[in-house]
Amino acid sequence: MDKTKKQEQTSTHKIGIYLWIWGLLFVLSFFSYMVDWYQFQGMLRWSLILFFMFLKAGLIMAFFMHLYWERYALVNVLLWPMTAIACFIFLMVAEFEYTVFTRFFYFVVGG
Amino acid sequence: MSDLKIEGYEFKPGFKGMAKDTGSDQTMFKGVHWGKAMMWIFLLSDTFIFSCFLISYMKGRGSTIIDWPNPSEVFGLHVFGVDVPLLLIAIMTFVLITSSGTMALAVKYGYEKNKKMCGWLILATAIGGLTFVGMQAFEWSKLIHEGVRPWENPFGAPQFGSFFFMITGFHGTHVSIGVIFLFIYAYKTFAGHYDEGKRGWFTSMKGDYVEIEILGLYWHFVDLVWVFIFAFFYLW
Repeated sequence: MDKTKKQEQTSTHKIGIYLWIWGLLFVLSFFSYMVDWYQFQGMLRWSLILFFMFLKAGLIMAFFMHLYWERYALVNVLLWPMTAIACFIFLMVAEFEYTVFTRFFYFVVGG
Repeated sequence: MSDLKIEGYEFKPGFKGMAKDTGSDQTMFKGVHWGKAMMWIFLLSDTFIFSCFLISYMKGRGSTIIDWPNPSEVFGLHVFGVDVPLLLIAIMTFVLITSSGTMALAVKYGYEKNKKMCGWLILATAIGGLTFVGMQAFEWSKLIHEGVRPWENPFGAPQFGSFFFMITGFHGTHVSIGVIFLFIYAYKTFAGHYDEGKRGWFTSMKGDYVEIEILGLYWHFVDLVWVFIFAFFYLW
């Protein structure tokens, strides 16, 4: 009996926190839609998009998927592999810049 | 992850607990339901799949010298005589977030063993997911009518269609599978399988409300992926 009691304590949280996160996600989505609505361009647009995106993703992972309350072993198992994805992104950025450079280059120089 | 089934095992929070977990014998996440650990591992692998899609989209879009179609025009809708940019996509986003919220509450009520609330909330989540898939089908047919194909489109760079169908199609498949499971789990909740501990037909796992949390993880992940698709494909 003791064990099940312990489980209930750690697994359920007050309903308020879910409603707060829910509301925040709505507001953030609305803001990111507004980025398109007002047709912000350039660095402002991209930084706003990324800011709202990471905030939303973080809220979903931390509270809806309970990562904030999880044991560190799991959090680390999940988040460290993301560095591999970050590396891959940097590699592919270099790759597409090179590709688009050669395309322009041979378009001007010809063959 | 706190269902302590192993005798004499005491979980420690923080980095001490992490050291104990990673240094423990036989199993790493002691006392964790295997289904939950495996769902996390699956979601990690799924993260890599979607990352590969989005990175290949980045590479394709970055390396073309033809102008990329303007998503806010391509996905705009003409309602009541006004052109509204990205309207359908915005509604889809809100529907998915709504269903994610109901799922989070379903998990909460599941742990409180509140069968009725849990079941209704899962059902609401399923309906939200179904609405999302329906709107996506509408969006796909609209674009196909306008002549968007995986190899060409009337708006600009031909790669647009292949990335669009691949990424949203893969995400839509995830949503559809989730909806099917949500309906099954709603039935199982109302039928009381998690209260009685009735064994499932597939893995003969003993029914427990932790299954709702596992399904919830999957559903939140689908929402999470949409956050990234919305940002990179529709807004960028």
